[in-house]
Amino acid sequence: MSDPRLGPAFLRPGSSSFVDFLAEEAPDLLPHRRALPEGSYAELAPHGTTIVAATFPGGVVMAGDRRATMGNVIAQRDIQKVFPTDEYSCVGIAGTAGIAVEMTRLFQVELEHYEKIEGAVLSTDGKANRLATLIRGNLGMAMQGLAVVPLFAAFDLDAGIGRIFAFDVTGNRNEERAFHSVGSGSTFARGALKKLHRDDLDERGCVTAVVQALYDAADDDTATGGPDLARRIFPLVGVITADGYRELPEDEVASVADAVIAARMHRPDGPVAPLS
Amino acid sequence: MSMPFYVSPEQLMKDRADFARKGIGRGRSLVVVQYSDGIVFVSENLSQALHKVSEIYDRIAFAAVGRYNEFENLRIAGVRLADMRGYAYDRRDVTGRGLANAYAQTLGTIFSSGGEKPYEVEIFVAEVGDSAEGDQIYRLTYDGQVADEHDFAAMGGSAEPATTYLKEHFTPGADLAASVRLAVQALGQGDGEPREIPSSNLEVAVLDRSRTQQRKFKRLRAAQLQEILGNGGAPGAGPEDDGGGPSTDPSGPDSPTDPTDTAGGDVPPLEDPTTGEPTAPPGDEPPIAPPL
Repeated sequence: MSDPRLGPAFLRPGSSSFVDFLAEEAPDLLPHRRALPEGSYAELAPHGTTIVAATFPGGVVMAGDRRATMGNVIAQRDIQKVFPTDEYSCVGIAGTAGIAVEMTRLFQVELEHYEKIEGAVLSTDGKANRLATLIRGNLGMAMQGLAVVPLFAAFDLDAGIGRIFAFDVTGNRNEERAFHSVGSGSTFARGALKKLHRDDLDERGCVTAVVQALYDAADDDTATGGPDLARRIFPLVGVITADGYRELPEDEVASVADAVIAARMHRPDGPVAPLS
Repeated sequence: MSMPFYVSPEQLMKDRADFARKGIGRGRSLVVVQYSDGIVFVSENLSQALHKVSEIYDRIAFAAVGRYNEFENLRIAGVRLADMRGYAYDRRDVTGRGLANAYAQTLGTIFSSGGEKPYEVEIFVAEVGDSAEGDQIYRLTYDGQVADEHDFAAMGGSAEPATTYLKEHFTPGADLAASVRLAVQALGQGDGEPREIPSSNLEVAVLDRSRTQQRKFKRLRAAQLQEILGNGGAPGAGPEDDGGGPSTDPSGPDSPTDPTDTAGGDVPPLEDPTTGEPTAPPGDEPPIAPPL
């Protein structure tokens, strides 16, 4: 950026993708242009753990616990793992935190860049495909232990529903119907949501269901952080409806979490689902 | 043996400046006014799809008159620069001054290099601050000059009568509705009687510091505009009735509103070769395409 003039890459007509532009103008800013020496680096940097998302009529809820781990050490107690990516979508990150946060920032700019240049918002499927491309670019590092597996949730303005997309490290994208979870505690969270999630939940009910699921994940997975009562650290919950993305205020999440914990005092395993 | 003509550098620059100025003078005007909550841009634009005013970044907007393909190119370059700077550093590090500098260097280089024709554009780069004192409006001309504007500014074909009108009627700290009305009246000024511009022919956008979102740029919808102006778009004054449609008859004159319409091959010269008078009257159609 030493030359104050706008170079040929800036003035070239054509691409409305920020990633494509960076690849030409400043490739060192792209996360997937770095070659690592051989070996596994899984224990090198903090990992984000569990993300859950669930839909309700008129929207979608995404929540993440606040713990980042490095091997057996808790690297951070209050990490943010759910990020709004534009007005109607958000990403929850699991995997190597540094690369995941960088990828999310790039994805945010990518969506905004397209919107400004084209004067139109990308379709929900278009957004999910762009994210899949970014994940695929990280495959080399994923094979060396630095994997990123985000969960993408969006409110589809055309269809009027909340939608959830899951990805694998190769960039394969799967749309989930009602709920999904990624990260180390995802097995337990998904099990809980199977029993708790219903199609007719309202927003508050859906938030309660994901907080219950995160509690169950923290109960059985050491890498997932439960509600921290002493420090008053609670999961981060984002809600997307036709009005756009909204991060739930801390006191609202705290009241849901307190209700969940109060009930667990009587029954530590959580609410009972009917047998048939 | 033919001798190359000698043209003095003064004459060369003057010719290039005249060329650019005439291209800009043929377009319709654009007015920017500071109001109580930010900065409002008002331009006469028959197209709903091709914008003269656009968002660059959180607090920065871009407005231009002149050749659409040229300023659209500059707009995209600005978005790329702002997004790259914001990504490499932080969102707060993207400033209107930096962007205006980059535009100035680019336009200046193109103007003074002999190889390319100068851009026929004039640009406003505006940044809204936390208070009216922090607002910045930069005017960039075809030759890369930058001017710092305050309170209001106008550019395009009838910029002079508009500026005169604004000078007489501008009051600092007016609300949005009053400022839009002022700007529309300023745009209607000309040589003769002031014109009334129907709201359907206006493009209005604001940088509104009172917006809670990070991105302060917002376009005013047609309904909001009609509420403010109260003329609801005079009947028979819609874009389709304005005679701005592309010419489909290859033998007829090219439509000056449609840069792609060159079928007739008789785009009029910028000035009459004998008298030196401009052939296109001021306030002619802007060099943009009509609604699709």
